[in-house]
Parts: sequence; structure tokens; C-alpha cells
Amino acid sequence: MQRFSALSLIRHSLGGHLGWQPQWRSPEPKAEYDAVIVGAGGHGLGAAYYLAKEHGMRNIAVLEKGWLGGGNTGRNTTIIRSNYLYDESAALYDHALKLWENLSRELNYNVMFSQRGVMMLAHTVHDVQIFKRHVHANRANGVDNEWLTAEQAKEFCPPLHIGPGLRYPVLGAALQRRGGTARHDAVAWGYARAADALGVDIIQNCEVTAIRRGTAGAVEAVETSRGAIRTRKIGVSAAGNTSVVMAMAGLRMPLESYPLQALVSEPVKPMFPCVAMSNTIHAYISQSDKGELVIGAGMDAYVSYSQHGALHIPAQTLEAICELFPMFRRMRMLRNWGGIVDVTPDRSPILAKTEVAGLYVNCGWGTGGFKATPGAAHLLAWTIAKDEPHPINAPFTIERFRDGVVIDEAAAAAVSH
Amino acid sequence: MSANFRTAEDGRIDRSRPLGFRFDERSYQGFPGDTLASALLANGVHLVGRSFKYHRPRGILSAGADEPNALVAVRRDEARYTPNLRATQVELYQGLSAESQNRSPSLAFDIGAVNDRLSRFFPAGFYYKTFMWPRKAWERWYEPWIRAMAGLGRAPTLPDPDRYANRFAHCDVLVVGAGPAGLAAALSAAEAGARVILCDEQAEFGGSLLAESDATIEGKPAATWLAETVALLALKPRVTLLPRTTAFGYFAYNMVGLAERLTEHLAEPDPALPRERLWQVRAREVVLAAGAIERPLVFPGNDRPGVMLADATRTYLNRYGVKCGSRAVVVTAHDAAYRAALELHRAGVAIAAIADLRTAANGPLPEAARAAGLPVRPATTITGTGGRLRVTAASLAPLAAESDRRGAEPLTCDLVLMSGGFTPSVHLFSQSRGKLRFDGELAAYVPGHSVQQERSAGACRGVFGLAAALADGAAAGEAAARAAGFSAARARSFACHASGFGTGGIRSVLPNAHGAKAFVDFQNDVTADDLVLATREGFHSIEHVKRYTTTGMATDQGKTSNMNALGIVSEALGKPIPEIGLTTFRMPYTPVSFGILAGPSRDELFDPVRTTPIHDWATAHGAVFEDVGQWKRARYFPAPGEDMERAVARECRAVRQSTGIFDASTLGKIEVVGPDAVEFMNRIYVNAWSRLGAGRCRYGLVLREDGFIADDGVVGRLAENRFHVTTTTGGATRVLAQMEDYLQTEWPELEVWLTSVTEQWAVIAVQGPRSRAVLEGLVEGIDIASRAMPHMSVAEGRIRGVPTRLFRVSYTGELGFEVNVPADYGRAVWEEIFEAGQPHGITPYGTETMHVLRAEKGYIVVGQETDGTATPDDVGLTWAVGKTKPDFVGKRSLARPAMRAPGRKQLVGLLTEDPHFLLEEGAQILAAPNQKAPTKPLGHVTSSYRSATLGRTIALAMIAGGRDRMGEMLYVTTAERPVPAKVTSPVFYDPEGARLDAA
Ligand SMILES: Cc1cc2nc3c(=O)[nH]c(=O)nc-3n(C[C@H](O)[C@H](O)[C@H](O)COP(=O)(O)OP(=O)(O)OC[C@H]3O[C@@H](n4cnc5c(N)ncnc54)[C@H](O)[C@@H]3O)c2cc1C
Repeated sequence: MQRFSALSLIRHSLGGHLGWQPQWRSPEPKAEYDAVIVGAGGHGLGAAYYLAKEHGMRNIAVLEKGWLGGGNTGRNTTIIRSNYLYDESAALYDHALKLWENLSRELNYNVMFSQRGVMMLAHTVHDVQIFKRHVHANRANGVDNEWLTAEQAKEFCPPLHIGPGLRYPVLGAALQRRGGTARHDAVAWGYARAADALGVDIIQNCEVTAIRRGTAGAVEAVETSRGAIRTRKIGVSAAGNTSVVMAMAGLRMPLESYPLQALVSEPVKPMFPCVAMSNTIHAYISQSDKGELVIGAGMDAYVSYSQHGALHIPAQTLEAICELFPMFRRMRMLRNWGGIVDVTPDRSPILAKTEVAGLYVNCGWGTGGFKATPGAAHLLAWTIAKDEPHPINAPFTIERFRDGVVIDEAAAAAVSH
Repeated sequence: MSANFRTAEDGRIDRSRPLGFRFDERSYQGFPGDTLASALLANGVHLVGRSFKYHRPRGILSAGADEPNALVAVRRDEARYTPNLRATQVELYQGLSAESQNRSPSLAFDIGAVNDRLSRFFPAGFYYKTFMWPRKAWERWYEPWIRAMAGLGRAPTLPDPDRYANRFAHCDVLVVGAGPAGLAAALSAAEAGARVILCDEQAEFGGSLLAESDATIEGKPAATWLAETVALLALKPRVTLLPRTTAFGYFAYNMVGLAERLTEHLAEPDPALPRERLWQVRAREVVLAAGAIERPLVFPGNDRPGVMLADATRTYLNRYGVKCGSRAVVVTAHDAAYRAALELHRAGVAIAAIADLRTAANGPLPEAARAAGLPVRPATTITGTGGRLRVTAASLAPLAAESDRRGAEPLTCDLVLMSGGFTPSVHLFSQSRGKLRFDGELAAYVPGHSVQQERSAGACRGVFGLAAALADGAAAGEAAARAAGFSAARARSFACHASGFGTGGIRSVLPNAHGAKAFVDFQNDVTADDLVLATREGFHSIEHVKRYTTTGMATDQGKTSNMNALGIVSEALGKPIPEIGLTTFRMPYTPVSFGILAGPSRDELFDPVRTTPIHDWATAHGAVFEDVGQWKRARYFPAPGEDMERAVARECRAVRQSTGIFDASTLGKIEVVGPDAVEFMNRIYVNAWSRLGAGRCRYGLVLREDGFIADDGVVGRLAENRFHVTTTTGGATRVLAQMEDYLQTEWPELEVWLTSVTEQWAVIAVQGPRSRAVLEGLVEGIDIASRAMPHMSVAEGRIRGVPTRLFRVSYTGELGFEVNVPADYGRAVWEEIFEAGQPHGITPYGTETMHVLRAEKGYIVVGQETDGTATPDDVGLTWAVGKTKPDFVGKRSLARPAMRAPGRKQLVGLLTEDPHFLLEEGAQILAAPNQKAPTKPLGHVTSSYRSATLGRTIALAMIAGGRDRMGEMLYVTTAERPVPAKVTSPVFYDPEGARLDAA
């Protein structure tokens, strides 16, 4: 792998940049791999990287039906935080956050991880109770999170309108300073380049169309739009399409897929220093390095595989944004898009072995799996390599829904009295 | 002052009314009808902005929505400051004040331009390759530096005071674009009687007709025909004309979003007018007549101010009466540029040369140019331009002389016209999910298969030239009207005389342009070399190239650059364009303000405010309110000088000692009626209802399918077949939805009807030992004596003549009643009761006191004690669950092992060792005082209050195995160190329930 650095950049500049090599190859699929990952999002590419790097598996392929990073990895609003409520979740997301903190150097690719702080706004007495519970629980779990008064929140994020006059005044906020954003494409590309350098075949425009199981039930091969590929281990990391892929192995997943939209404004000079989120009135906003306001909109009310969103969803989001930041009314929406997110009943992911031997699944990250990328990838690799979960992902089984051992992050946020 | 480039006459500007305006602190003059761009050009100003990355000086490239360079901020005042507007779209008004952007200290001298000098170190994607060491340096230095350099304009800093309106509309035929094709389509459809909406993003209808110099339609000059046609359409009552209106998004089921700008062009807008209006139009049929966009040529120095699209200079000349320079070099691969050259020549602009990239320049337009004596040079390319803030020279070289740039001949000029041909505007078609088709002959993507009720007409589907566009538009209008049910529709035909449109085009970089700054995406400073670098580095999908180089991602969304980028990538990869693929066309077509989408929603109107009939009374009595869902609820009623703590203590004492009055109207209420009502209730609730007699009440508990508590509330059985169900305030819609869901999808055989009656009843809780005494004199037709009306009963009667459902229930632990009266009488009855209570010291109390009182009794609040993971047993409500019922929602889930596993969190009380220390709700509970993080807490505090009655603080908590820990000392987190607290029963007050009957 060509090392990237300021020096190499200067050296290649003098050569007119003619000497740069491809960041990854475009190999033809082989007849057989030791492991196949379905889905070249950040999670899948990362899993291949850690399989190669930490578990010594080199004969690996990542199969991608489109272009790598073109799924939710390249469509999300890149909010990264780990201040989840339950012990199991906090451990999982903080595992990821710790990997984020060194990811650029690990991959020799600047993923622009920027710990600018994620602030979650409380608008009702109920919100205050919930967020304070998060603050206390996170601290006990060793995850940073602090409570801000409304005035402190405004100081941290000067454009914020805290009232009076606000329909739902800001009563305070929970701030995770280690939270922030990263450049989503760079995460996919960085993992792809590093995995490729370790010999991983990344095969794009290669859709998995069937999973073949042997007489004993274990997986034997995948069929793809580019032919059949034999393998004993399949890791499915297909986000919004997981149900479809898992059905190929005869498994029905406890998932529903919904369109989720996002939008950006035209770029402006830096003025929004952090990430601000309001669950209660549905607004998620930060400013990218380019200067665009990056805004997360809501989920459609109905399940669908269409990435085509309806206008009322971004409109409602902008209502909330303009309410909290009334000086943004004259800002303009530049681009709006959607992605399909896979949602579990308890809003926590599934990262587990399945009842089919050799089939592993990483899914259910719903609206919030970008932040987990390095962690999910790392744990999926572990689970595939060892055929058993790492203690951190051990609670995130499929069976928890059957058994009632849920990790209900949604309930922790959404119930009002 | 600056030179005057205005023609002596002609153009559509009103020369009789000069308008003063400012750009960057200098004053200029223009006329009504001008855009900021045309007015600046008339004053000889080309330098208007700086590019995004290299901060290169930039001018005005185009005359419309495709403009990538001329971005300015317009400032009415600080609250009405709008960044990133295209000068080509800003209409001039008296006093307009505009500023250039992305430069410091000034437009002419911008420090950021060092980036341009160092640009070789900043190729596409450079930031992915460096800035990684040391760890914190990215956030401390590099990122702030990159951010400061990027970003174009600045955001406004004050709240926007303007209003935005919103309306919905239906029509038979929506026509997008009022150029010749769109006008002809609208005419055909309107004459067939269809309801038509015609919109155009420009201030005036006409599109390309506005720049027409010599064409005639129906024997009249184009301008005359245009005026008459617009007047004719305006007279038709079923036609709506919307100028200054951009169709920005095409959604499912033929819904098109239009953004209408109402005041932006006015010097002093009427404050009553909204600034913009959002139209959401549901059209039977849509005709897209959005025209085409001219492509720039990709050559070194193609971004210098004064290098312009050829057809745009015609627009400036004919529409605005502006000559864009005095001496022009023309470079083209399309005949259209000859037309521009000819017309500029006629207006007195010297044409130094016309370099045609094609080996032969034939056809009527080149011939006409030759005939006019213009120096036409076929097989000639441009190898560079000179000048700093404005082009001063252009170097031409014969195509044959391979790669020898030095042999090029520099021609002095102050204007370069370029044309790479035209790209059909297929944005909306693509947004409609229609499939694009690559037309090999046109070498362009054009609309292919439609998936919605729409058709394209004119240049946006590759039909070029005036006569062809008129005919195509008329046919599309006819077809649309027919499809919408107007079978008599017929297409008009137009006698039209116009010069030909010509042919030609190129979509790629010009020869000899690699290795120099030949821009493809002007705004984002993406060069041809950047695109090739991306392909070299393995970015082969066009989406990868776009994201790696940022081509097509600027505020113009690649309108002028996408085709050239495709061409360059196609050459670099050696694959034909259609195999490269296409990036997705995303909403919106051009940027739309946040304000127009947010619409009238702000402050009070952001979300409906729900108030109870007693709200105004509470306001008058000084209540402090809290938001609960959309409701405003009185939280406490401070007496003068009281804070919340003292007010609540007083209110609590009043209820415990005498009587309090509380507005419970926000409680959800559902009337469940029908022969199967009791069966339905048995299935929805965990409780058994069959043996509950009419006139009796019961505390009901609803689970979700997964066995966790969803809601609770008292249910009264009014009659055999009729239940009055109450829910929590926030749970009202959820419970009704869950009920309807089951009734309609699982048990359609049950004869039950559900009606939300939340707003029909005002609910007045009268609680406390004196409550019966207060009500006694008011209630008619109900014996409220304890024997006749025991705890948990309901009866119907009247209060002062008002029909009443009287519940004897208590959420306070005291003797109490809840008076339900029709909402319209709520306030009157409240005041009657309040009046009658005066001798007893009746005290209004709010939700905070309600919470303290219920917590003293250990009563849960769903959503506070429970969080969606609690079973009935967890919160000590096993007694409510019907043991012998065959089924109820959640029953099967409750049988799962984990739901009965030991060690589940259970509801308990907590008493701090220090009786005055108030725990924080949400605080975590630890087994030992000095457990270090990371650690696993045992549970958390759910409720915590100061109890005036008990003279100390109390708390409720959910603790693992809590009921087996009675008496244990545990440790509760605080902002500082954990404090000790003892586990107790959750019932702190009157555990025997004696007070329910104490009077
Ligand atoms: C609008 C939006 C905003 C979001 N905002 C945030 C946020 O702020 N913070 C956050 O943490 N998360 C956010 N998310 C969620 C986050 O994007 C995802 O959880 C995460 O990126 C998932 O990564 P992944 O690698 O698993 O999936 P993806 O990147 O979607 O990768 C899955 C890949 O599988 C491929 N695939 C599917 N089926 C097949 C097949 N049969 N054969 C081959 N390949 C296949 C797909 O093409 C895709 O490339 C957001 C999501 C959206 C849509």
C-alpha cells in the first residue's frame, strides 16, 4: 500500500500526481473464499479488514451489489456518540468510539473524525428526566456525558434559540464532548484501501442473489450476479437489505425497513460548532467541513424499500430546525436524499451467529449505525473468525426477541406521560 | 466611475427609471428588468466572486439558474441577509445592496488565493491523505483552517422576520417552463378547457424568446407574440400563471413542489406579503418544458472573469441591452456561438476570432459569420487565457499542432465566448423516476421511459430550435389535455420564422488541456486532471468520482459540469459514456429556502397548542405551565413570592389536610361501546372485566405485544355495554391506535365501537378529606355518601344542572372525586366548585403536586417508573393481571423465561440517609459507595421529591431484585460522590389506605 502523508503528497505533487496507485483493485471473483462478506458498506469493509489484520484470514471477499460505500454509509448524517442508556449499548458504542479516536492513523486515511461534541436538547420535564438518567448511567459506565443548563447549551452552540417564545423551550441538554462527526466516504474508502492491501478482494457490481446450504444445513456458497462463489463463512452486513439477503438462507429477521431522509444546505462559513439533536421535535444538525449544514430528517411512517422520499418529511424537519435556529430560514436546501434503514423492535442492533452454521449477521443499526462502524466491523470479524461472539456483542443476539431480553433504547427515549 | 456597456436602445429593461444599487460598497446604476448580473456587466464589472477551494477570481458565466460562479450575498438588513444567491437570478431594485463572498480582505485582493499558488499540493482528495498526525492536530488546526477556507457566504445571524406561505393546488395540466415549448403546451391545454398551471423560475415568461432578436411567430416579432400569448393565457379563468416560481421537486403520484418568490424583487415589500410561497401541486398531467443548459468548454484558464457561455452573452445583449465586452474571442464546438458572435458584432463588439473545434465549420450560421466578415478558424482550439481579475487575452492554436502550447497565438480581448453545445435539462424528469436514455446522435441523456403522468417537450428532450420547440410543446399540451380527459384538445400550429439552431457539441476536455487548470466544476474548483486522478486512484464508478473530486456537488449541482465530467471519465476509463452511468438527480432543482419548507410553522404555530377549558382560569391564577405532548398543563400555582418548592409544599398540605382542585382534563378518554365491549376490554387489558359491575371502576393496565407496560388508567363501567376508559395524557392516541389496530385487523368479528372523547369531557379532580363536603351541595341526582358511592365507583347525574359523570377515584391517596362534565361547561363547573370550596380552603394544584402525592403513595407514572422494559410484576402490579383469562395482549410474552427471571428490576422506595438530600431523577444506584467507572449499576431513581407531608425527601427507584433488598443500604450517584439511601417499600404514606375514606 502506498503510504499517505504530507510528504508523499508533496513528492507526488512534484510528479504531477501521475504516480498515485489505485486505492483498491477491481479483481475478478475467485471460485472460493474462506469468508465472504455481503455488503461493502463501512461495516462490511471494516469486518474484512479486521478479519485480515487481526485474525489472519487473507482469502476474503466483500461482495457489493453497487459501488462500495454507496449504501447508508454514504448517505448518513455522520453523527457519532456513545452515550446510550443501557450498559450493553454503552459498551458497544464506546468500543466503537475508542476505535474512531485512532482510526485515521490505523488506516493511514484521514477519516476526519472531529470530536466537536454532540448535544441532545431537552424540551420537557420528561426529557430532562430521561437525559439526566443517561448522564448518570453513562458516567457509571465510564462514558462521558454531562448536563448543561439552557444557557450553557446556548453558550456551547451560539445559534441555538432557547426561548422565550419557543413552542418547546430548551430546558437543558446532555453533552457528550467525545462525540462528533466523521467523513463518511473516507471511512468506506479507508477501510477498502486497507483491506485491499491485506489481500481482501472487494468485488463491486456483484449482487448476492442466493445462499446455498449443504445437506447438514451449513452454508456452502453464494450465488451472485457474477457467478457462484464457494465459502464456508458468510457475514451479512447489508443494512436496509438484510431481510432480503437473510431470506436467501431461509431466515426471517425481526426487522422492518424504512426510508430515512437527510438534507444539506448550501455551504456557509463556519458558525455551527457542534452537533445538536432534538429527539422531541426531530432535528439533527451539524456543519460539515465544506460548510454545509447537514440535517437529518425523519423516518417515513411506513415500511418501504424506496429511497424516494416525500416532501413533508424534510419540510417537518426544517420546521424544527427553523424553530431552534430562526436565523436559518433564509438558508437554502441544496440536496435531499434518502436511505433504507433496518429497524429492530428494540432499536438495538443484531450482531450475532445465526442458527445456520457459517452464517453471521450484523444488522438492525437502523438510523444510527454509522457511529458504530469500526466497532461493529471489529466485532463482526471476531464473531466470524471465532464462531462465537465477543463479550461486547454477546447480548445482541436474534434470540433476545424470542426470550424477552431486549435492550430497548427506543423505550428509553420515546415514551411520554 | 466604471465604463458603460449598455447598448443605445433595445432590450426589455425600462430605461426611463434608473435604479441605484451597491455592490461591495460601490454604487452603480441599472434599470428595472435588470438582474444584478446584467447591471454589473453593464457597468463593466466582471469580477464578482471567488471560487470555493482555490479562491480564484470569478466572473459571470451564464445568465440563469445554471450559474456556478457569480454567487453573492444580498443584504436588506442583518435579519434579511441571504448568502449564496446567483447574481444572474437576483432582480434589481432601487437600493439593492449586494456583497461578494469567500474573500478576505477584499474581492480584488484575497489572501485565500495562496491556495491557488499552492494548488499543485491540493489535488482532488488531498485531505484524505494527510493531516493525520499528531492525533489532535486535525481538530486543532487543520480542520479549522479547511473550514475557514471553505464555505462560500456566511449565514445570517438574526432571526428572519419574513413570513412564508404554503398552499395546495390541483390542476389538470401543470406546465413547467414558459419558454416557447411551455407556452405552446399551456395554450393547447388551456384551449381544450383544462385547468392549467404554468410556472417559470424567471421574472418574465418567455424563456429563450426573451433573448430573441429577429424571429417572428404568426407573422409577428417574437416579443409581440410573447406579450399577446401571455395576455391571452392570463385572461383564461382556468389558467394560473406563476412567474418567479421554480418547480424544484417531482414527487410520487404527480405531486410537484413549486417555490414562488413574492417579494424578493421589491425595493420596499409590503410587510403583509409573504416572502415566498410553497405550492404543492397535484397534477393530473405534467408537461416538462425546462429547456437546455449550455456547456462550457474545458480548457486552461476557462474560469477567468470575462470567459462566458456564448448564448448567455446573447441574452445579456438582447434582453438586457448589455454588451459583455468590447473585443471577443469565440471558441466553440456548436453553431449556436456563431449566432452570438453575429449579434454581438452587429451591436459593435469586435470579434477577434471564432475558433471552431470542428474540422469544418459549415452550415448556415458559420456561413453567415463568414459573410459578415468574421474571422472563422476551423480546427482551432484555445490553449489558455491571460489576465488576472479579468481576461485580457486568449491563445488559439491549430488543432493539428499537437500539444504545442507555446506555438499558440495570443489574441488580445476582454471577453471569451465559449460553447460546448447544450445539455437537455432532465432534472425533473429524472426526479419523477423516469428512465433516462442516452441519445447517441445528440450525445446527450434525454427522457426515456416515463413512470408518472408526464411528458417532456422542447429542448429538455433534445428538440432544439424555435419552430421545433413550439410544435413539440403544442403537441405535448394537446396530449396532456387529452390524457387528463379533454378529448377535444388539439395542437395549435404556429407559423414561425427563425434562424436555425445549428448543431455540434463536445463533452470533454479540449485537446492540450491536461496538466493545466482546466476547470470542469467551476464553483468547487474541480479540474479535468482531478477527474483523471480519481480514475487513476481506482475511483471508477461515477458516484465515486463525484464524491472524491466533489464535481457536481456545488450549489449548482453540476448543471454546467456533469456532462463534461462524464465525458472526461469516459475517456480516462476508455468506456463509452452510457457505460459510465449517471449520478442521481436529487431534489431540489435549485436551492430552496428553509423558510419556504418550514412555512408558517413557527413558535405558537410550530405545533398546535392544546389547552383545557380551565386553561384561562389557571393563567389568571398565576399558574406556571409545562408541556406534556401538545398540551399545556398547569404545573403549580405559586402565590406571590413563592418558588416551585414552596408552592408545591403548600399545595400538597392543602390536599392532605383539606381539599385541592386539579385540572385533569388532558387525560385521554375513550368510550368503548358495543355488545362485545367487555370481551374486547378483556383482550386489550391485563385486567378481568367480566365481573366488574356497572357503576364500578377499576385501575386498568395495557401491555404491548412484547409484554411490557404500554399505558394505564382508570376505567369505569357505565353500563353492561359501555366503558369509559381513561389513559395517560401522552398515551391517548397510542392506546386508541393499538385498540383500533387489534379491532380492525385481529378481531374484526367483535362488535365494538371506539370513540376518542378526550376533548368532550373536562375533568376536575377534587381531592382531600373535605372533597365530599365541597361537592355535596353541588351534585344533583347522585348520592355521594360513602356507602352509596364507595371508592372506585362512577355515577351519572348533574352539577348545577350540567350533566356529569362523577367518578370516586383517587390518585392522591385521599378521599377524592373526578368530576367529568362536557368541555363547554368545564370552566363554569370548575368555578362553581372552587366557589363552593372556599369555606374549606380549597386550593388549586398542578401536575407537580399531583406527582408528589402519587409518589408518596407509590403509584407509578407510565413513562417515568416504566420505560418500555417493565412488566406488571416489575412495578408491583401483578394483582391487576387477570389470572384466569385465556388471553390478552402481551400475555404470551409475559410467559417468556426472561420476563420472570430473578434479578429483574423492581419498583421500590428509597430513603436517603440525609432526609433533606434530594436525589436526582435518573441517578444510578450502586451496591458500594466507591465503585469506580466503568461499573454496572443496579438500577436508577425514577421519581424524587420533597414530601411536605413526611417532612423529608422520598424517591422511587427500579432496582435489580429490589423487593428482596428491603432495608439494604445502597448508594446513589450525584454530581459529586454517591450518597447512601435505604431500600424501602414504595408506599410511604398511609399504606393501609385508610385515608381513602377519611372525611
Ligand atoms: C439519512 C440517514 C442518516 C443517518 N444518520 C446517521 C447518523 O447521523 N449517525 C449514525 O450513526 N448513523 C446514521 N445513519 C445510519 C447509518 O448510515 C447506518 O446504520 C450505517 O451506515 C450502516 O452501515 P453498513 O455498512 O451496515 O450499511 P451500508 O453502508 O448500507 O452497506 C450495506 C451494503 O450492502 C449492499 N448490499 C445489499 N444487498 C446486497 C446484496 N444482495 N448483494 C451485495 N450487496 C448488497 C448495499 O448495496 C450496501 O452497499 C443514517 C442513515 C440514513 C439513511
